[in-house]
Amino acid sequence: MNISPRPALDVTRIRADFPILAENVRGKPLVFLDSAASAQKPIAVMDAMMTAMRTQYANVHRGLHWMSERTTDAYEDTRDAVARLINAPDRHEVVFTRNSTEAINLVAHSFGRGILKPGQAVLISDMEHHSNIVPWQMLRDATGIALRVAPITDAGELDLTAFEALLADGRVGLVAITHMSNVLGTYTPAERLIRTAHAYGAKVLLDGSQAIVHRRVDVQALDVDFYAFTGHKLYGPTGIGVLWARRALLEAMPPFLGGGEMISSVSYAKTTWAEVPHKFEAGTPAILEAIGLAAAIRYVEEIGYEAIAAHEAALTEHALRRLADVPGLTVLGRAQDRGGVVSFTLEGAHAHDVATLLDRQGIAVRAGNHCAEPLMRRLGVASTARASFGIYTTLGEIDTLAETLTRVREFFA
Amino acid sequence: MFDDLRDLYQEVILDHGRRPRHGARLAAFDATARGDNPMCGDRIQIWVKYAPDHTIFQTGFEARGCAISVASADLMAETVAGLAPAEITPIFEAFQSMAKTGICPNCAGLELLQPLAGVHEFPSRVKCATLPWHALMAALNGGKETSSE
Repeated sequence: MNISPRPALDVTRIRADFPILAENVRGKPLVFLDSAASAQKPIAVMDAMMTAMRTQYANVHRGLHWMSERTTDAYEDTRDAVARLINAPDRHEVVFTRNSTEAINLVAHSFGRGILKPGQAVLISDMEHHSNIVPWQMLRDATGIALRVAPITDAGELDLTAFEALLADGRVGLVAITHMSNVLGTYTPAERLIRTAHAYGAKVLLDGSQAIVHRRVDVQALDVDFYAFTGHKLYGPTGIGVLWARRALLEAMPPFLGGGEMISSVSYAKTTWAEVPHKFEAGTPAILEAIGLAAAIRYVEEIGYEAIAAHEAALTEHALRRLADVPGLTVLGRAQDRGGVVSFTLEGAHAHDVATLLDRQGIAVRAGNHCAEPLMRRLGVASTARASFGIYTTLGEIDTLAETLTRVREFFA
Repeated sequence: MFDDLRDLYQEVILDHGRRPRHGARLAAFDATARGDNPMCGDRIQIWVKYAPDHTIFQTGFEARGCAISVASADLMAETVAGLAPAEITPIFEAFQSMAKTGICPNCAGLELLQPLAGVHEFPSRVKCATLPWHALMAALNGGKETSSE
């Protein structure tokens, strides 16, 4: 038994918590390098959801009976777990959504239509996922609120001079930007961006879908206004995501979806809203998924972000070094601050062909435009292959990837 | 290492994927259409020139896609040369069926396309093979854009 002090991370022990990693694919051990799309789940998450269904399931916030009270407690415990995870000052600032996409849509609808005024603008960057582009386009088309795009450098980093210039006229009411690119692995300099944006009177939403998997997020230290993330990339279930926002903002914003749960009283003439966060949680929520998310958060906290970040840094460094040795391979982006997501192209082989060949060796990568078409255009590529790492990824798996890619190149030469 | 992939990536596919014979825009054409696969970013533009008797004189294409889609477009261009649009529809339908199941109910006219039958074992790649055909059918039917989704 290897009991190491933090920050070392015992990958062997962690892998034992993820039964799927013992599966074979086409007769080969699974090498799962697609965690940025969705991460695998530890037994703790499965057990938490199964136990809830077996022993204490009912709807939340409705029944006066024992089962409903227990389930409500478990559901609300997740709100506390999330608040602790991101150091939110107030548990009522944690709104459950289906995923990051819904969290961003919530802000686009309730803050965008409810608080921003025509003539103002939303500023995004050139390395956003479609989920942080399309909601703002829809807002623009419906309201006339402008959409601005901050460029990135050839290294795949935000162009900070251009970013500030786009804020200079004071019309930007909201900056909505990724905390870590799902294509380039670039971490954006969040604290600096937020300081700059606030200096020009803009609020800031960070899309933390990727970042929160790898690094500790402290919304108070960041001084951010909105933070969105999703459970399924954080080793939790699908169908549960989080929007954190400052309470004053949530209180000022009109609701997103209407229905049960989000009301205080309803008559045909007038309906009044529930207090935050319930104002934004219409309908029966993802109860079991919330319970699963709490288990995932406990699991991640037990390992500790210091260990997770150190592991990710070691994997990324190893991957960049090994992939540099593959003839004809080009890694996209060379940001100074980057994490465990590496996109690449291979000369003479299209990303789909690369992915198909890797799959035959049991290696799962993503291939395509990664829901980031504008970024693909900016980079001048149609599609890339992407390897992404999780807490269970080993250096040996990255070696297998690099060695197999050399053979892929030979196949298409 | 990849011996079991030779069904999918037969030499003829690798060859046409690498060096397509019809992979260029036609200077003069009668019909054109674009095919998009929004999920993966594949895109193809097809140009068709008719002969005086309205059979296909020539097909050219520009593709941004994988070996399968480029080879499929190139073999398609060879297959449809000299055919009337009405003769192409049943070939398209038989090809779709072959790409999805590996067998075609009536393989007449599909001789050149046989190497693509292996794609049926790769469900996520079937649309790579069929995208050029969707674009061609759109061009023949006077459409401008199509999608394999």
